[in-house]
Amino acid sequence: MASDDPAPTAAAETAPVLVVDGLVVRYPGPPPVVAVDGVSLRIGAGEVVALVGESGCGKSSLARAVMGVERRASGTVEVDGAPVAPLGLRRRPLAQTGVQMVFQDPSTSLNPRRSLGAQIDDGAAVARARGSATAEPAVWLERVGLDPAWTSRHPHQLSGGQKQRVAIARALAAAPRLLVADEPISALDASTQTAVAALMRSLTTAVGAALLFISHDLSVVRRIADSTLVMHAGRIVESGPTELLWDDPQHPYTRSLLGAVPVPDGAGRIPAAPTEAERATWGDPAVPERA
Amino acid sequence: MSRPAGGSPVLTIRDLGITIGRPLVHGVDLELRAGRIQGLAGESGSGKTLTSMAVLGLLPRTATTTGSISLAGTELLGLTERQLRDVRGRRIAMVFQDPSASLHPQITVGQQLTDHVRRHLRLGRAQARARAVELLERVQVPAPASALGRYPHQFSGGQRQRIAIAMALACDPEVLLADEPTTALDVTVQAGILHLLREVATERGLAVLLVTHDLGVMSAVADDVAVMQQGRVVERASRAELFAAPQHPYTRQLLAALPGSSLEEAPRGL
Repeated sequence: MASDDPAPTAAAETAPVLVVDGLVVRYPGPPPVVAVDGVSLRIGAGEVVALVGESGCGKSSLARAVMGVERRASGTVEVDGAPVAPLGLRRRPLAQTGVQMVFQDPSTSLNPRRSLGAQIDDGAAVARARGSATAEPAVWLERVGLDPAWTSRHPHQLSGGQKQRVAIARALAAAPRLLVADEPISALDASTQTAVAALMRSLTTAVGAALLFISHDLSVVRRIADSTLVMHAGRIVESGPTELLWDDPQHPYTRSLLGAVPVPDGAGRIPAAPTEAERATWGDPAVPERA
Repeated sequence: MSRPAGGSPVLTIRDLGITIGRPLVHGVDLELRAGRIQGLAGESGSGKTLTSMAVLGLLPRTATTTGSISLAGTELLGLTERQLRDVRGRRIAMVFQDPSASLHPQITVGQQLTDHVRRHLRLGRAQARARAVELLERVQVPAPASALGRYPHQFSGGQRQRIAIAMALACDPEVLLADEPTTALDVTVQAGILHLLREVATERGLAVLLVTHDLGVMSAVADDVAVMQQGRVVERASRAELFAAPQHPYTRQLLAALPGSSLEEAPRGL
């Protein structure tokens, strides 16, 4: 995803953090499904890349396969040049704890019986064991905009948005090189959504980590992602710098997707839903990646 | 059933107060008019969902309410559960964020639709079935006759929401409460549902209360918008006025949090 920008970003100068090549995920069926159909992507240090597309397009399968949670039928995934092994029943080797994930629903990803401080410290412990810099749980709480005195609180005392902030704190406390976030804001409330997404961006870029941000919320993606990948039927049909993609979408699918977002201008216009004829054009081959 | 003229008041909320342990909603006034979509915006915890739950008589038992909610002259606050059951689903229908909440997972779509219309409208079996097919046709579910024999999980999220809307319309209600009806859907699917809501409101003279945090959705379909903050309506305006010239600081703040505006917490490099 490195761009040929005249003022190259840090990402363009150094080797990418995440390199995915020819990734394929299949589900046996019946009927058998190719959920991810030969996807390649790169994310540099401090770079935020969004993955958008409709439900069922394969974005969650892609995220899970990158993490090694989903079995890869073929293709490779490397973080800082080292392959990411499939996740087994055992704990991940320490060297691979640089890959962290934030899930959609913080009420299921946090342990209800343990204090916030203890759960954030799980992340911090991993970072310390690797010899990476991290901070105390109270400091992490403060960084995600919560009260540092809340370390002894439990998840049930928090709202959905606050819980997601804790999940983010835990992931970042592990000093990840790559953070994969699968619909991290869709279970949250509107104004909270933007704030949490903005927080994820600022904290991951501050530590020079790569962020793969998966969302069906195009408005938020537009605000936080350096570049955007558009996925349809298991393939990346278009990719490029976010603003460029927004201003001048090339692939018919991207055009339909962006055209369906209602504009808050008070004009009372309902965007046209894609017609069958339009849907028929979505299967067209991917457009070349833009610089 | 005779329909009120377009624009005439159908449901009037006056000085509504809700207390659950502590006061949560204060002095809310709203008027839903035939064929019009009244938007209700605000963050979670602002009282917008509590207000719509009060209309349905679905507040928890520990809640106390003050003020008045009047449906075409009938006071709803203080009705017994039995009296409310006659109103809920028949005269006031609802659509929620998660269509699965309105549909039983183990009963076919056809059975649910026909049970619903037979119970409330006292139709015979054949008539109820014809009505069900007609409703599914109206909400543009493909192959309605065969859709009747399928279960909710056999439909996509967007189709399920269409079926939930069909259920809501089944008894020809006067009022439709739609709480975040498109929030869980893809934008491409959302557009179709918004068109459907707009059409049924107009053609049936349905008074709609649309609760949403998405100001894009609000701008697309609402005729009038009320903005709630901390249990109070802080601003009320026509759609055009609200977006062109928001008066209350909180409304301005909501509009400023929209995409395209600058992101203070993490400025983009572009």
